[in-house]
Amino acid sequence: MNTLIYILKKEFRQIFRDPAILRMIFMMPAMQLLILPFAADYEIKNINVGIIDHDHSDYSRQLIGKFEHSTYFQLAGYSQSRDEGLKWVEDNKADILIEIPKNFEKTLIRENSATLALSANAVNGTKGNLGAAYALNVINEFNKNIRAEWLVLPRMNPEPIIQIDYINKFNKLSNYQHFMVPGILAILLTMVGGFLSALNIVKEKEIGTIEQLNVTPIKKYQFILGKLIPFWLMGFIILTIGLIVSYVVHGIVPGPNIGNLYLFTGIYVFAILGFGLLISNFTSTQQQAMMVAFFFMLIFILLSGLYTSIESMPAWAQTLAWINPVTYMVDVMRKVLLKGAELIDIWPHIKTMIIFGILLNGLAIWTYRKQAV
Amino acid sequence: MNQFKAFILKEIYHILRDRKTLLVLLGMPIAQIVLFGFALSNEVKNTSIYFLNQSSEPLAQQLIEKVDQNKYFDVKGYIQDAAEAEVLLRSGKAKVVAIIPSDFAYALAHENETTIQLLTDGADPNTANIINTYFTLITQQFRNEHFGKINLPYQINTNVRMLYNPQLKGEYTFVPGVIAMVLMIICVLMTSVSIVKEKELGNMEMLLVSPTNPLIVIISKAVPYFVISLIIVTIILIMSVTLLHIPIRGSLWLLYFVSSIFILAALSLGLVISTITNSQQVAMLISLMGMMLPTIMFGGFMFPIENMPLPMQIISNIIPAKWFYYAINGIMIKGLGISSLYKEILILLGFCVLFITISFKKFNIRLS
Repeated sequence: MNTLIYILKKEFRQIFRDPAILRMIFMMPAMQLLILPFAADYEIKNINVGIIDHDHSDYSRQLIGKFEHSTYFQLAGYSQSRDEGLKWVEDNKADILIEIPKNFEKTLIRENSATLALSANAVNGTKGNLGAAYALNVINEFNKNIRAEWLVLPRMNPEPIIQIDYINKFNKLSNYQHFMVPGILAILLTMVGGFLSALNIVKEKEIGTIEQLNVTPIKKYQFILGKLIPFWLMGFIILTIGLIVSYVVHGIVPGPNIGNLYLFTGIYVFAILGFGLLISNFTSTQQQAMMVAFFFMLIFILLSGLYTSIESMPAWAQTLAWINPVTYMVDVMRKVLLKGAELIDIWPHIKTMIIFGILLNGLAIWTYRKQAV
Repeated sequence: MNQFKAFILKEIYHILRDRKTLLVLLGMPIAQIVLFGFALSNEVKNTSIYFLNQSSEPLAQQLIEKVDQNKYFDVKGYIQDAAEAEVLLRSGKAKVVAIIPSDFAYALAHENETTIQLLTDGADPNTANIINTYFTLITQQFRNEHFGKINLPYQINTNVRMLYNPQLKGEYTFVPGVIAMVLMIICVLMTSVSIVKEKELGNMEMLLVSPTNPLIVIISKAVPYFVISLIIVTIILIMSVTLLHIPIRGSLWLLYFVSSIFILAALSLGLVISTITNSQQVAMLISLMGMMLPTIMFGGFMFPIENMPLPMQIISNIIPAKWFYYAINGIMIKGLGISSLYKEILILLGFCVLFITISFKKFNIRLS
C-alpha cells in the first residue's frame, strides 16, 4: 500500500512539474467550450438570395421586399440577367436564386396562377434543401398576402385542414449551443482519459524510465493504478471546470441530478483509461501512441452521435455505435444536462459502462508485460 | 546533394519501419470516407414516434399507418395518457409523440378543422424542426389523399432546381474536408513531432555539431511526408470517385497543384511548431489543439462559416484549411478553373512563404 502512495506522489509531481501539459489540460476545456459551441451551429441563417427580375412590377418589388425583411435572408444582388445570377452562385455570393418571369403580375391576376423559378446552391445538400424550404415559406407568405388582398376568406375553412400544434420539449430557447455543449464536454473527458494516459505511459517507455520501474519489485497492479488514479481524478476536475464554464458562458444549469453525472463519469473515465492503457501496451513511441489513439478517437467521436444522429445510421453502423463507449457518455451527458434525467433513466448505461470498464482494464492488465514489448 | 539524398533515405526507412503509424496514416482517410460515405448522415430517418390515439375512428388509424410507412418515421408504439409522453421523451425511447384528438374524423368532416398535438424532443433544435416539418408534410399528403387537393386562387407555383448536386448528396461537402484534415495531420503533426523527437532524444545536438548543414536535416524530414501526402490524396480521390461516385469536374492537375501548395504550407507550419518546443507531447498538443481543432471548427466543412458570429468568421480567414477547402470544393464540385481560384491560390502561397520565413528565422536564432 505504501508503494502505491509513493508512486502516486511521483506521478502527481511529474504532472505538476510539466507546465505545458498542465496548461493544456485546463485550457482545453475552457477553449473548446467557449469557442466550439458558438461555431458549431447548424441553424441556417444569413442565406444570400439573388433576384433575377424580368417583370419589374409592383408584385416583384413586394416579393423582394419580403425577402429583405426576412431574418433568414440577405439580399445578395438584383439583376436582369440569369447568367449574372449563375455567376453569383459560382462565386458563392448567392446561395439561392429567384427568377421572376416577365409578366408575372399580369399572369397571376388574369390566369389565377403563375410560376417562379428557384435555384439553390446544393454543394452542401442540407443547406441547399433547407435554404430552398425557407425560401418557399417566404413565397408562400407572400402568396397568402396576395390572396387576402383579392378575396375575403370565409370564417370556416372552405376545405378540411389538419393543424399541427408543435411543442418542442427540453430546449425552451431552441438553442443549438445547449445541444452541443454536453457533447463537447463528453469528448473532452474522452481525450483526457484516452490520450493523455496512453501518452504518459509511452513516454516512460521511450525515455527508458519504464525499464527502471520494471526492475523494481513494484507489482503490476501498483504500477497501473499509479498511472490511472491521477488521470481519473483529473477527469473529475475537468468535468467540474467544464460544468462551470457551461453555466457561466452558456447558461446551462446543472439540475439536481448532477450527482448521477459524476457517478457515470467516474465509471466512464475508468473505462477510457483502460483503453488508453491498452493502446500504450502495444505502442513503443509517443508518435505511435498518439496516432493510434487519435485514429480510434476520431472513429469513436464520429460514431458517437455527437454530430449526426444515430437513428439516421444504417443498421451495421448503429451496432458499431452502441459498442462505442463514447456514445454512452454523450447520451448520458445530454440526458442529465438537458433533460434532467433520473438515476433510473441512465441505469442501463451505467451497467454497460461498468462492463466496458472491467473488459478494457482487464485486457490492459492482461496484455501488460513487464518485459519490453 | 548526396548527403541530402542519404538523409531522405534515412527518413523513408524510419517511416516504413514504423508499421503501426503507417497503418494509421493509411487507415484514417479510408475509415473516414467509409464512415462519412455510408454511415453518417445529417438526414433525419427512422425517427421513433409514439402515438396517443384518443380517437377510435378508422381515419386516425389510417393516418398512423401512413406515418409508419414513411421512411422518416418508425411508429414504435402507443401510449394511453399524456404523462407517459414526458417519460418516453426523457428516456430517449421516443423522439416525438403525436396526440390525435378523440373527435379527429368528426371535426374534419363537420368543422373542416382538427388539431394534432406534436411533442418533440427539442434538445437538438434543428432535428426537432426537421421532424416537425416532415410530420406536417405527411399529414398534408394524407389530407390531400382523403379530401382532395386544395385548389386555391392566385396560386404561385415554384419550380425548384438544385444546382451542382441535384441528388443532395452529403458526400460532396465532406470529401474535401477529409482531404484537408488528413493532410493537416500528416504534414503538421507528423513533421513537427518527428523533428522534436530528434531534439528530445538528443540527436539534434549531435547533428548540429557535425559538418552537416542542419537545414538538410529539417528539409529531409519534410520530403517523405510530402510524397506520402500526395499518395494519400490520390487514394482519397480514387475512393471518392469509385465508392462514392463523386465527380471531379475540374482539372486534375489544378487539384494536385493546389494540394501541393497546401501541403507545403502545412509542412512549413509543422516546422514552425517544431522550433517552438522541445517536448513531443507539447508539439502534439499544439498541433492537435492548436491546428487540427480550429481546422475542423473553422474550415467550413463541418459547420458553415456563414452561421458563425462575425469575430469567428474573421478568425476563419487565418486558417489555411478554409481556403484550401473552398478551392478543392470548387474544383471538384463546381469545376472551377484557375481564373476563379487565383485568390485562394495566392493566399495559400502567402501562408507558405510566411511559415517558411518564420521557421528559418527561429531556427537561425537557435543555432546562434
